[in-house]
Amino acid sequence: MSETINFQVPTMAELMARGEEPEVLFWVGCAGSFDDRYKKVTIAFTKILNKLGIRFAVLGTEESCTGDPARRAGNEFLFQMLAIQNIEVLNGYNIKKIVTACPHCFNTLKNDYPALGGNYEVLHHSQFLQQLINEGKIKLQGGGEFKGKRITYHDSCYLGRANDVYEAPREVLQALDAELVEMKRSRRHGLCCGAGGGQMFKEAEPGNKEVNIERIEEALNTNPNIVAVACPFCMTMLADGIKNKEKETEVKVYDLAELIDKSL
Amino acid sequence: MIEQIIFIICLASVGYIAYKRIRRIIQNIRLGKDEVIKDNPSQRWQNTLLIAFGQKKMFDRPLVGLMHFVIYVGFLIINIEVLEIIIDGIAGTHRLFAPILGGFYTFLINFFEFLAVGVIVVCAIFLIRRNILRVKRLHARELTKWPLTDANLILTFEILLMLAFLTWNASDTVLRERGVEHYNIAGIGSFWFSGILSSLFEGWNTTTLIVYERFAWWFHILGILGFGIYVTYSKHLHIAMAFPNTYFARLLPKGEMRNMPVVTKEVRLMLGLPETTNGSSDTSVSPESADATPGRFGAKDINDLSWKNLMDAYSCTECGRCTSECPANITGKLLSPRKIMMDTRDRMEEVGQQIESGKEAFTDGKSLLDNYITREELLACTTCNACVEVCPVSISPLDIILELRRYMIMEESSAPGSWNAMFSNEENNMAPWKFSPSDRFNWADQLKSGQ
Ligand code: HEM
Ligand code: SF4
Ligand code: SF4
Repeated sequence: MSETINFQVPTMAELMARGEEPEVLFWVGCAGSFDDRYKKVTIAFTKILNKLGIRFAVLGTEESCTGDPARRAGNEFLFQMLAIQNIEVLNGYNIKKIVTACPHCFNTLKNDYPALGGNYEVLHHSQFLQQLINEGKIKLQGGGEFKGKRITYHDSCYLGRANDVYEAPREVLQALDAELVEMKRSRRHGLCCGAGGGQMFKEAEPGNKEVNIERIEEALNTNPNIVAVACPFCMTMLADGIKNKEKETEVKVYDLAELIDKSL
Repeated sequence: MIEQIIFIICLASVGYIAYKRIRRIIQNIRLGKDEVIKDNPSQRWQNTLLIAFGQKKMFDRPLVGLMHFVIYVGFLIINIEVLEIIIDGIAGTHRLFAPILGGFYTFLINFFEFLAVGVIVVCAIFLIRRNILRVKRLHARELTKWPLTDANLILTFEILLMLAFLTWNASDTVLRERGVEHYNIAGIGSFWFSGILSSLFEGWNTTTLIVYERFAWWFHILGILGFGIYVTYSKHLHIAMAFPNTYFARLLPKGEMRNMPVVTKEVRLMLGLPETTNGSSDTSVSPESADATPGRFGAKDINDLSWKNLMDAYSCTECGRCTSECPANITGKLLSPRKIMMDTRDRMEEVGQQIESGKEAFTDGKSLLDNYITREELLACTTCNACVEVCPVSISPLDIILELRRYMIMEESSAPGSWNAMFSNEENNMAPWKFSPSDRFNWADQLKSGQ
C-alpha cells in the first residue's frame, strides 16, 4: 500500500517560503541522516508521518549535530559552537515542537539547550508514537506482522535513566499485540549498550568483555524473535552483538518506528 | 564524685575533638567551588524524607534494605537512652528517668533491648556476608586495607556496644533485685532480653557485680563517644551526611549536563552574536557565573569541583551498588564509580591534613587526576547514569567524571586519537563522522522518488 502514497519530506526553508508552519519539526540527527541502518528508521518514521497526514518538516542540510558526543567527551567549546548555531537556526524558524528518533538528540535538545537559549517542547519518537496510539490515530492492522512474536525491549540510557522515559516505548510495542519479554536488567536497571559518552567513537578501554556482548547475551537469554531498540547507537551495538553471536537469521534488531510502520 | 569529674572531662574532650573534626570536614567541603542550590525546597524536603529517612532506594534490594533499616532505626532510637546516660554521668544519679516515666520506662528499655538484639543479629549477618559469603559487591580493588578494616571494625564495634548495653542492664537488674544501695530504684519492671542474661550474673558477689556494672556502663558510653569521633574518619560518616546530601541532590533530569557560562560567553563572541542568551533558564545550578574569573576549565583537583561533589564524597557508604551496575566495571574495565568517590574523599582528606598542619594547600604537586584517578578510568565511562540512579544516598560519580574529562580535553587537549578525529569531523562536517554536510538530506531522495 505504501507504493500508492506520494511521500513528502518538506524542509523548513520550503515551508517558510510558502508562509506555512509545521505542527512539529522532525529532528533527524546524524545517525538518522548518514548511518545506513538508521536511515531506514528515518524513512520508516517519515512514512508514518506521511501516512497519518501530520504536518511536519525537517531542517535538511541546515541541521547540524546537536553536539552531544562532543559534550559528553568533555569538549564543551565544540558542543556550544554546534548548539548555539543550531539554536540560531531553530529560533530563526520559530520552532516550538520537535520530535526525534535519537535519544541523544532528544536529551540534548530538551535538557542542554535551554541554558543556551533554546526552549522547545521536545519529544522522543516513542512518546510521539505513544500519543498517536492513545489518540487512536495509529490503528494497527489486526493480527499484524508481529502478532505473537517475542520482543524484548532494550532501554536506551538517554531515554530511560537520563529522562525517565520507560513506559512510552513499551506501550508502543504493546500495541503490536506481540509478546513483550523483559530482560533481567531493565528499566531503571537497564544495562547500557556500551556506546554512550563518546564510546561509539573510540575503542573500548582494556577489559575482559565488550559491553554490547554482555548485553546481547542477556537479550538472547529471553529467546526473542526481535530485539527492539529506540536509539541509533543501541541499534549498532546490539546488531553487532547479534552478528558476533551468529544469530542474524533468527533474531532481528528493529527500531520502534520500523515495527509500527510495517504494521500500519 | 571522682567518677563524675572523669565523666565530664571525657565528655568535654570528645566534644572538643568532634568540634574540630566537624569544622575540618566543613572546611574541606568548602574547598569546592560555589554552587547555589536553593531551588524547590519542598521537593528537596520530600526527597530527604523519602530517600534518606524513608530509605527508599535501600529497598531496591529488599533484604539488605530491611536489615539496614533495623540498624538505622536501632541507632536512632537507642540513642535516646544515651541522653539518660549522659545526665546520670554528670549528675551522679542512676536511671534518672525511671521514677519520672514510671511503667513507660520499663517499656522503653524493653523496646531498646529488642532493637539492640536486632542490631546484633543484623551486624552479625553483615559480617558473614562480607567475610564468609564474600558478596561480590563488597570486594574490589578499592576495598582493601583501610576500607576493608573500617567496614569490619564498624560492625564489630556495634555488636560490642549493644552487648555492653544488654549486659549492663542484666548486671544492674541483679543489683537492683538484691536491693543494693544506689541501684534499688522502685517501679522498674523486668527486661526480657537482659533478663535472660541476668542468670549469668546471679552467682557473682555484689562487689564484682558493681565492678562489672560500672565497666559495662563506661564501655557503652565511652564506646558511643569514641564511635562519634571514629565515624568522622570512616565511610560511616554517611549516618550524618546521608541527610543533607539527599537534600542537596540535583533535581534536574539526569541527562542534563552542567552548563559552562564562561564558554557560552566566548562562543557567542566568536560567532558574532550578542552576549546575552534570550532564555537562560537554570543558572541556579551553574557553579560559576559568566563574570566570575574563569579559573580552569573542568576539574583537575578537588578545588575545581563543586562543594556538592565534595559533600557526595563524604557521604559515600562504599556499598558498591553503583559499581555493581556500571557497564564498564561489569566488563572488566578499570573504572569503578565507588572508587571515584573514595578517591575524591581521600584527596580531600589529604589536602585537609596539609591545611591542618599549617602547610599551604595544593602545593604538594599532587592532584585528584592522575595521582588518584587515572585517565583510563575516566575514558571508560559511557555516561549511562546507572551509578547515579542506584545510589541510595543520591551521589553522582558521573558528575565528577565529566568534570575531569572536561579538564583533560579543554585544558590539556589530551583526547585519544579517535576522539580527536570525531571532534574534527564535528567541527568541519557538523557530524561525528566524515560525511559531507551537503549530503545530510540525501536519505530522503529514495523516498521522494517514490520507492
Ligand atoms: C542514621 C543512622 C544510620 C546507621 C546507624 C547506619 C548504619 C550502617 C551500618 C552499620 C552499615 C554497614 C553495613 C555493612 O557494612 O554491611 C551501613 C551501611 C550502609 N548504609 Fe547506613 N546507617 C544509617 C543511615 C543511613 C542512611 C540515612 C542511608 C541512606 C539512605 C544509609 C545507607 C547505607 C548504605 C547504602 C550502606 C551500605 C550497605 C550495603 O552494603 O548495601 N544509611 N549503615
Ligand atoms: S555513568 Fe559511567 S561510571 Fe556511572 S555506571 Fe555508567 S559507565 Fe559507570
Ligand atoms: S556512590 Fe552511592 S552507590 Fe556508590 S558506593 Fe557510594 S553510596 Fe554506594
